[in-house]
Formats: sequence, C-alpha cells, structure tokens
Amino acid sequence: MAGYVHASTGQRGRRSGRLTEPLIVRVLLIAIALGFLFLFLVLPLATVFTEAFASGTAAYLDAIREPDALAALRLTLLAAAIAVPANLVFGVCAGWAIARFQFRGKQLLTTLIDLPFAVSPVISGMVFVLLFGRQGVLGPWVADHDIKIVFAVPGIVLATIFVSFPFVAREIIPVMEAAGSQEEEAARVLGAGGLQTFFRVTLPNIKWGLLYGVILCNARAMGEFGAVSVVSGKIRGVTNTLPLHVEILYNEYAFQAAFAVSSLLAFLAIVTLIVKTVVERRMGAAVEAVPEAAAAPQLS
Amino acid sequence: MKHTVLPGFRLTMGFTLFYLCLIVLLPLLTLPARSATMTWEAFWQTITDPRVVASYRLSIGASLAAASINAVFGLIVAWVLVRYTFPGRRIVDSLVDLPFALPTAVAGITLTAIYAPNGWMGRLLEPYGLKVAFTRLGITIALVFIGLPFVVRTLQPVIEDLDPEVEEAATSLGATRLGVLTRIIVPYLFPAWLTGFALSFARAVGEYGSVVFISGNMPMQTEIAPLLIITKLEQYDYPGATAIALVMLLLSFTLLLAINLLQGWTTRRLMN
Repeated sequence: MAGYVHASTGQRGRRSGRLTEPLIVRVLLIAIALGFLFLFLVLPLATVFTEAFASGTAAYLDAIREPDALAALRLTLLAAAIAVPANLVFGVCAGWAIARFQFRGKQLLTTLIDLPFAVSPVISGMVFVLLFGRQGVLGPWVADHDIKIVFAVPGIVLATIFVSFPFVAREIIPVMEAAGSQEEEAARVLGAGGLQTFFRVTLPNIKWGLLYGVILCNARAMGEFGAVSVVSGKIRGVTNTLPLHVEILYNEYAFQAAFAVSSLLAFLAIVTLIVKTVVERRMGAAVEAVPEAAAAPQLS
Repeated sequence: MKHTVLPGFRLTMGFTLFYLCLIVLLPLLTLPARSATMTWEAFWQTITDPRVVASYRLSIGASLAAASINAVFGLIVAWVLVRYTFPGRRIVDSLVDLPFALPTAVAGITLTAIYAPNGWMGRLLEPYGLKVAFTRLGITIALVFIGLPFVVRTLQPVIEDLDPEVEEAATSLGATRLGVLTRIIVPYLFPAWLTGFALSFARAVGEYGSVVFISGNMPMQTEIAPLLIITKLEQYDYPGATAIALVMLLLSFTLLLAINLLQGWTTRRLMN
C-alpha cells in the first residue's frame, strides 16, 4: 500500500511570529511528535540490533552463516530477482499505455492495478493455494504434469510477484503524466523509432521515478511474510525465505538467532530508506530544474 | 481514442491486460468462484460462527483504534515536519517510512520483545498492571506501527500546499491563531486527513505478519481474522477459509472504493 503515498517535494518558507503558534506550543508539538516516533520507530529499530548482538558477535555470525539461513537468503534473493524485473517490465508497459494514450476505462484499469494493495497478504497467498493446491481449480492438471507450485519455490515466486505487483506502475504513471508527451512526439516527428524514442527520451525523464518504484517493489518482495507463509509449507532449507526463517527461529525460542537474521532484513530496510531519500531529493531537484516542462499545459 | 504519433499502444496495453489478468485477476477470481460451490446455508453458518464473528470484531475494532491513534499523532507529526524547523528533521522525515520498509515479521518479533513482561517497555508498564504483549492492546500497537506512515504522508503534501497568504489574510483581518486553525486549516486538511485514516485502517484490517507474534492468538480473545483463515487452511478446511476471506475481500473493496472517492474529494479541494 506504500504506493498510495508519494514523495513530497515542497519548499518551506519562514513565517513571522503571528503566523505560527506560540513557542511553547511549538516545542510541545515537536516533543509529542518526536516522542511518538521514538516509541514506535527508533525503539523497535534499535531493539533489532541490540537483541541480535545480545549473545555476542560470534553467536551473531553463527546464526547468519548457518546453512538454513543461507538457503533462506538465497531463496529471498531469487524471488526478488524474478518478481522485481517482471513487475518493472509491467510497470513500464502500464505507464506507457496509461500516461500516453486516452481510452475508456482508464480509471478502472488504474484501480485494478492497485488491487494487490487492498488485499490482505494472507488472502494473496491463499488464492494461489485455491488455484494450484491439491484440491485447487488447476490442482489436478498441475499434478498430472508433475509440476509443483504450492509448497514449492514457484508458489513463493508467484505470491511475491502478486504482493509487489503495483509498486513500479504506481510510481511511473504520475511521473510520466507530469513529464507530458511533447518531447516524445517531437522525437517521433523528427524520425526517431519507437524504441529509440523510449530509450533516448522517455527513460531519462522517468529514471528517478522508475528507481523509486523499484526500491519499494524490492523492499516488499524481500520482506513479504503473510502471503509467502501461506504458500510455502515452510520446509527448512527448501521453501523458507528470510522472513519465514525468522518466524521458525522465533517459535523455536532461538530468539538471538531470530533477531540476528532479522537484523539482515532491518539493514535492508535502512538501505531502502536511504536510497529512497536520495531519489526523492533528485526527483525534487529534477522538478525544480525544469519548471516549464513540468508546468506546460498538455497539447491534447 | 485520439490520434497520436506515439506508437506501441496495442503492445503495451495488451501486455498490461495480460499480466494483470494472469497475476491478479485470475487468482483473485478463484475466491468467489470457490465459494459459489458452497451452499448459502453453509456459507452463512461459517461466517456467523461465534469464533469467526469475534475475529472480525477484533480485526475491525483494533484497526479502528490504531487508525484513530495514527490520525491524531500523524497530524501532529506531519504538521511539525512541514512547519517547524529543528535539528535532525530530515532524518526524522526519512524514518517515517520505516514501517513500509521493515518486513512485518521483523516488526512483529521486535514489538513483542519490547512489550513482553521482561521487555524494555513491558517492564515499565507491568507495575501499573498494564499488560501489552499477548493482549488486544498489543495488537493495536502493532497496527499503529504498520499504519503510521499513511496519515503523515497523505497530510504532508497538503500542508505544504496550504498557502500562507490565506493565513496571513485571516490574521490581518483580526483572526486569532486558534481561529485560523479551526476555521481555515482544519477544514482544508480534513479530506486528506480522512483519506490517511482510511488507508491506515485498510492496511490494518488485513495485516498479519506484525500481529501474529504479539497477539497471543487465543480463539475468541486475541485471534485476528487473517490468522483464522490460516488456521482453517492448515486444517484443510478450504470452504471455511474461503468464506471468511470473501467477507474480508468485500470489506477491502468497499474501503478501496471509499478511498478513491476521498482522494477525488481531496484533489477537487486542492484545485479550487
């Protein structure tokens, strides 16, 4: 659902005393905001790392070097390596079709693209069990052809693609709409081919939005728990992703190991936040650098 | 379709529809298709089972509570981040997205560790008889965590857009700061605020990963609806799981529709 919310790029002006709250109110509000964020964001993040190292660095390294943990890491990377490019290609296609052409049902299509955000992760995983499981609609067909999808790697990949489906499209569509199509039309009129127009004109314009979508998509793909948990069957070393491995360790009361593996995912989250912040600044700078292009009215 | 010199509409649209149907629509349609094979009586019996009703009530109640807490504190956080300057503001601003980036399972075990009776917060609260982990309060706290960015991030651009000249005009016409706040700022922010609340609520209703660890999972007491679906699936009670899921899916779609309408309202407000 993160895609509902977009980067904010605004300027903040100084204002005179009468236009703001009294100093005491300001200090109080800042204290409440920071206290709330400390309790709900900083404390959990700090806890992951303190618990991970609670039994020392050696125990930490043992936990993340253990074969099952490494197998889980490999599967998480594999699932993301399939889901992110697939959703990237889809996002670019959807962006081109929706932001560059007028057609009926456009609003419906964008709403349908958002569907995976609205569905509970548990239901996202469950539909693949209903589709490909032993009692599923396509279950007999899948069994006849000796393909294993549910409780196997393909099911995990499918569930990962489903939950991270809208992120790239969601970010690209508004960026492409804001950039407008004049530059591409000019390129076409001057004789550029379709692909040439896309790679030389469109891509440079949307690259930051694209990167932003890919980062969010990747974070969700690597971190998904509910959907993957339903389709995985949780076979250690075979169908366990990192988040599922965390759950197994935790339920076996191996708390320190669970937090050690969690710290890898928390580290991924921090990297995601840093890259996201940098990209947001770049997007903000890009908008400010070409205000005319961004503000120009559409020809159509 | 209007004439345009740009190519590739058929190709990109074709692929978009194909991929959307394959990955999202076809799988989702199995749910109503599957429940159509149930008799109406069996369906009704499943979804009115006291344990199921209790789980719906808990999921919706805790999500409403969490979304309300986020609405109050999210407004304060968004206001402070846009209007005031203080050291570390940009880092705090980036940190707000942590719940989007941190996997829910990690959030779940971490919050449990913090609020368990021997945890950092649990130890502080226990003398007051306040138990958080493995109670409904714990569920609410996990839902506050995962819904936190929604209110802040929907309000931030709207507060940035709020034209100081309007406030200046009101102030120079003799309005007090409190008057400006209640007469101008709050009505202006209201649609976006409600959207943030709805987004936070919608996310919380379906949430699973961050809740299962802290909730204790007692049937009738602390069992959320998504967990009950998983329990039924593990018992191979596919019709039961399907019925519960279908009700949740309808709730989600209603919320999605409401959110779309709210966002339309916000945009129209901003245009005027």
